[in-house]
Amino acid sequence: MLLARIVGTVVATRKDDRLVSSKFLIVRPVDPAGAPEGNHLVAVDTVDAGVGETVLVVSGSSARMAAGLKDSPVDAAIVGVVDQVEVKG
Amino acid sequence: MHLARVVGDVVATIKDPELHGHRLLVLQPILPDASPVGRRLVAVDATGAGVGEHVFFVRGREASFPFLPAAPPVDACVVGIVDAWHVDDDARSGPPRS
Repeated sequence: MLLARIVGTVVATRKDDRLVSSKFLIVRPVDPAGAPEGNHLVAVDTVDAGVGETVLVVSGSSARMAAGLKDSPVDAAIVGVVDQVEVKG
Repeated sequence: MHLARVVGDVVATIKDPELHGHRLLVLQPILPDASPVGRRLVAVDATGAGVGEHVFFVRGREASFPFLPAAPPVDACVVGIVDAWHVDDDARSGPPRS
């Protein structure tokens, strides 16, 4: 999974039927210290996260295992809100 | 699978219900000479690994298989703790003795 910070939201009226009522957020992957790295991506939110929060993003086909995303055409899902990252060494 | 060193852990109170009870570890992928390579990532733990240990982890859909019949939304899972490894070339085998 990736650590990422939520930097924005996406609104899309026309979308796949299975994506109706999903909430889309723009996230920027970060390293454990919080520094941004890599490209922005759009992820489906399953835990009611908000802009500015650090979250856990699951990608690839595993994203479909998140709550409510069975058979949805998604490859990135937010599955946790990070309280704390502790790196030792 | 990939070799990595466990460098930290993640605390998340609000998370997918299927993730409750699973430990989240920060991994630094490494080369056979134990030097870091690539970005750090977060993986769930299926082995009881801790910070400082060398492990191997599986990526992708298979990462949820250790928890069958549950299917948690994970794309990386620590599936083994490495005691030692050896490669037949000039690269140092590890893990390094502390």
